[in-house]
Amino acid sequence: MAVATTSAKVKWGLLDAVVVVFALIPVLWIASLSFKTPATLTDGNFIPREWTFENYKLIFQTDQFVRALINSIGIALISTLIAVVLGTMAAYAISRLDFPGKQLLVGVSLLIAMFPQVSLVSPLFNIERNTGLFDTWPGLILPYITFALPLAIYTLSAFFKQIPWDLEKAAKMDGATQGEAFRKVIAPLAAPGVFTTAILVFIFCWNDFLFAISLTSTERSRTVPVALSFFTGASQFEDPTGAISAAAVVITIPIILFVLFFQKRIVAGLTSGAVKG
Amino acid sequence: MSVSSTTPASSAAADAEQQAIPKQRGRRKRVELSEGKKQERKLGWLLCAPAAIVMVAVTAYPILYSFWLSLQRYDLKFPDEREFVWFSNYVTVLTNGYWWTAFGVTMLITVVSVVVELVLGMGLAIIMHRTLVGRGLVRTSALIPYGIVTVVAAFSWRYAWTPGTGYLANLLAPDGAPLTERASALGIIILAEIWKTTPFMALLLMAGLALVPDDLLKAASMDGATWWQRFTKVMLPVMKPAILVALLFRTLDALRVFDNIYVLTNGANETSSVSMIAYNNLIKGLNLGIGSTMSVLIFLTVAIIAFVFVKLFGTAAPGSDEGKR
Amino acid sequence: MADIVLDKVTKKYPDGTTAVHEVDLEIADGEFIILVGPSGCGKSTTLNMIAGLEDISSGELRIGGQRVNEKQPKDRDIAMVFQSYALYPNMTVGENMAFPLRLAKMDKALIKQKVDEAARVLELTEYLDRKPANLSGGQRQRVAMGRAIVRSPKAFLMDEPLSNLDAKLRVQMRTQVSRLQKQLNTTTVYVTHDQTEAMTLGDRVVVMRGGYIQQLGDPQTLYDNPVNLFVAGFIGSPSMNFLAATVEESVLRTPLGDLPLGDRMRSALSGADAPRELIVGIRPEHFEDAALIEEHQRAKGFEFTMPVDLVESMGSDKYVYFTVEGERAAAADLEDLTADAGGADLPPQDNLVTRLSAESRVRDGVDARVWMNLDKIHLFDPRNGHNITLHEGKAAGVSAA
Repeated sequence: MAVATTSAKVKWGLLDAVVVVFALIPVLWIASLSFKTPATLTDGNFIPREWTFENYKLIFQTDQFVRALINSIGIALISTLIAVVLGTMAAYAISRLDFPGKQLLVGVSLLIAMFPQVSLVSPLFNIERNTGLFDTWPGLILPYITFALPLAIYTLSAFFKQIPWDLEKAAKMDGATQGEAFRKVIAPLAAPGVFTTAILVFIFCWNDFLFAISLTSTERSRTVPVALSFFTGASQFEDPTGAISAAAVVITIPIILFVLFFQKRIVAGLTSGAVKG
Repeated sequence: MSVSSTTPASSAAADAEQQAIPKQRGRRKRVELSEGKKQERKLGWLLCAPAAIVMVAVTAYPILYSFWLSLQRYDLKFPDEREFVWFSNYVTVLTNGYWWTAFGVTMLITVVSVVVELVLGMGLAIIMHRTLVGRGLVRTSALIPYGIVTVVAAFSWRYAWTPGTGYLANLLAPDGAPLTERASALGIIILAEIWKTTPFMALLLMAGLALVPDDLLKAASMDGATWWQRFTKVMLPVMKPAILVALLFRTLDALRVFDNIYVLTNGANETSSVSMIAYNNLIKGLNLGIGSTMSVLIFLTVAIIAFVFVKLFGTAAPGSDEGKR
Repeated sequence: MADIVLDKVTKKYPDGTTAVHEVDLEIADGEFIILVGPSGCGKSTTLNMIAGLEDISSGELRIGGQRVNEKQPKDRDIAMVFQSYALYPNMTVGENMAFPLRLAKMDKALIKQKVDEAARVLELTEYLDRKPANLSGGQRQRVAMGRAIVRSPKAFLMDEPLSNLDAKLRVQMRTQVSRLQKQLNTTTVYVTHDQTEAMTLGDRVVVMRGGYIQQLGDPQTLYDNPVNLFVAGFIGSPSMNFLAATVEESVLRTPLGDLPLGDRMRSALSGADAPRELIVGIRPEHFEDAALIEEHQRAKGFEFTMPVDLVESMGSDKYVYFTVEGERAAAADLEDLTADAGGADLPPQDNLVTRLSAESRVRDGVDARVWMNLDKIHLFDPRNGHNITLHEGKAAGVSAA
C-alpha cells in the first residue's frame, strides 16, 4: 500500500530471516553431522570441528546404499512417468470434456487423496505376497501411482482450466479434430503444468516410507528412506550416525535442486491444485 | 466495510449455484447425440479409464479384501489356525488398551499439530505473500521442509535431541534424554510434524490470500480498520474456503503420522500412533487378522472425519466445484 | 460462400431449460446478420449451434442447402472469431493465421501467400513474427479476424468480437469489420449485446429474448416500428421513454398531461379487447423545446411544462432530464429490460429523457416548456407488451412469445 519504507523493509527482512533459519536448521544440522569425523561426532557442536568426506566414501562403497539409491531413483522415476501420463489423460478429460461419470472420478480421486495409506498396507502386503509382487519394483510402483494420481489429476486439472477454453473451440473451428486440438494447441500450453506436476509427484514418491518399509524385505527393492532406518554402519559396533547423515544428505540433494530451480512452479502447482480442488 | 467484505462470499454462493446446473448435465439422457458429442463422451471415458482402473484396483479391492481378512483369525506365524471369527478381532482391538493409547496419541498429535500449523502457516503465508524483500528466498526456504524426505528430517531431529550428539539434547534438562520421556518425546514428534508440514499449510493458505483483492484491503483501511480488523473482517472471510481445504487436507494427513514416530522413538514409551501399531502387528507381528482389523478401523475413522468436514463445510470442500467446463 | 438456414432449431438442456425455442431464420448468401439481445437470450447458443460447438436438440440447420446437424465444426467450413480472440499463445501471429490452412494440409508456399495477403489487408505484416502476448488489443482482434479470413470459409461467425476493446477502438474496428465484410461478401453471423453495433453493422438484425426471436428486420424498421416493449426499449440509445397511461373518454391520461387521441391512436384502440390501461412509448428525439417549434408543427404535438432536472450538453444537441410524478409504467417486458441494464441503457422509470436542439435555452432547475411529437408515440399493451399502434403490414417480424 504505502511506499516501501526502510523500516518496513527491515521488519519484513527480519521475518524472512526467521523463516529461513527455521527452515534450514535441521537440514544444515544433518549436513554438519555428515561431515563430522567419528571422534567429533558426539561433541554436540552445530558446526563440525573437523571436516571429513569419509562418511560419503563409506556409504558409496556399501552395496546397501548404492542399491537403495538405484531403487529409489528407478521406482520414483517410473512411478512419476506413469502417474503423469495417466493423470494428464484424466485431467484433460475432466477439465475439457463432458461425459457421464466425471463427477464419480473426481470424487474417487479425492477419496484416495484422503485415504489412510496404512489401511492399504495389510491387504497389499498379503496380495503382493500371493502374487509375487512383494519386494519388487512393481510392488512399490503400483501403490505410488495410485496415491500420486489424485495429486496429478488435481494439479493438472487446475492447470488445464487456466488454458482458455475458447482455444480448443477455435482449433475445432479452424478444422482440427479433438485429437489435433489436443496435440497442437493444448499440449504445448499444458507442458509447463505437466512438468510441475511431475516434480510434485516425484517428490511424493521419493518421500514415501510406509509402503517402502512394509512392501519390501531385501535390498532388491528397498528405497533409501528404508535403507537409512536399517543402516548399521560398516560393522555391527560402529555408530551409523555419520553414514546415515551422509546418506540423508545425498537423497536431499535432488529436493534442494528442485526447490532452487523450480520454486515458482512448485508454489504455483501446489496452490492452484489444492485450492481449486 | 462489512458490505464490501460480503461481496466475494455472495459471489462464491452464486458460483456454487451456477455449478449446480452443469452437474446434472453429466447425467442427462440424450435422445440424439451428434457425432461430436458421441466422440467427446467416448474420448472422456477412454482417457479416464486407465487412471480410474489403477486407482480403484489398488484401493477399493484391497480395502474390501482387508475387511474380509479382518473377520478371520489369521496369523502368518500360525497359518494352520486360520479361521473365520466374525467380529471377534474388532472386540479384541477395541478392548485393548494399546489401541486406545495409540488412538489418543494420534488424536493428540493431529489436533495440536494442525492447530499450531494453522497459526504458523497463516503467518508464513502472509510473509510469503506480502514480504517486501527476499520473496524468492523466503519461498524457496519454506519449500525445503515440504520437499525433504520425512525420514531425513526425522533423523535430523533425532540426532539433535540425542544426548551427546545433539545440540538440543540439554535444552530441556541437563543430562536428560528427551526422546525417552513420553511427554517430551511426543512434543518432539509434534515439533517435527509441524516443521515438516507448516509450509504446505502455508502454501494452501497463500492461495487463499491471493484471492483477497488489494482494493478490498485498501478500502478497509480507508474505512478506518486496524490491521487486526482487516485480517479478521476482510481477509479471513474471503479466505474461508482455502482455510477449510487446508484444514481438511492437513488433518487427514496428520492422522497418518508414521515416519516421524518410527524414526524418533519407534513407538517406545507409548508414543505409537495407530499407523505404527497397525504396522507392528502386521509386518513385525505378521498377524494379518488383527492388522487388517486396525486398517479397517483407521479407514473408518478417517472416513468419519472426512465426512464430518464435508458436511460441516459443504461446498467449501474440494471437488464439489468440479464439473464446470 | 453459402446461405444458412435455421429450421425450427431448438436447444434444450437436460435440466429442462430451453435456451433456444424453434428458431426459424434464413440468412442469405453474403448477408451480414446480427443476433442481439441481453445476456441469456440464446444468441450465443444459436451461434454455437451454427458453429457445431453445441448440439442441436431438434430442428435442422442447413448450410449451402446441406443438412449439417451431425457434422463436426471442422467439416462445416465456417470460421469463427471469439470474444477472447482465442489466439494460440504459443504460436506467432503468422502461425496463428496459418493454423487452419496447415490443418487443411495446404501447400506451404500457398499458405504463406494467403497469410501474407491477409496480413496485408489487416495491416499486420510487420507483426507476423510476434507472439499474441506482445500485441495490443486491437492488433489481437485483427489477428483473430485474419485467422478467420485466410481460408475463405463459407461463412464467418463472430461472437462479440469487439467487446474486449475500449470504446474508441471499438468504433474504429466496427467500421473495419463492416468494410471487410462488404469486400469479401461472405455470409456473416454476428452476435452482440450492444444495440449500437447491431444497428450500425447489420443488413438485418435479429432481436432475441429468452430463446425466442422477438423481431427480425433491417435496423431502421426495428427502430421505427418495434413490435413490443422489449424491442422498443432495447433498440436505441438513450432508450425510449415509457409512461403509464389510461384511456379516458377522448383523451389519454399520462403523467405529462392529457394527450388528445388522434386518428392513429383511435384506430389502434378501437378493437373490442383494446386495453384501457396502456404504456406510452416515445423516443427522446421526438421532444423539442416548444420555443423552437414552428407554428405549423405545433398542432401535431402536445406541449407541457415541467421543471428541468439536468441538462447535458452534447454539442450537437442537448439531453434534458425531467422527473415524472405519478404511476410508473409496469410490464414484464420492462422488468426484463431493467434486469439487463448492461444491454440497454434504460433510465429509471420516473426519469424522462429528451433530446432537444442545441439552440434550446432550457436550464437546470427552471421550468421548461417542451413539445412532443404525437405522430411518433407508440402505445403498448402492458399485458403482453405488444405494440398496438403498429400498422398492419409494417410488422416485419412477429413476436413469437
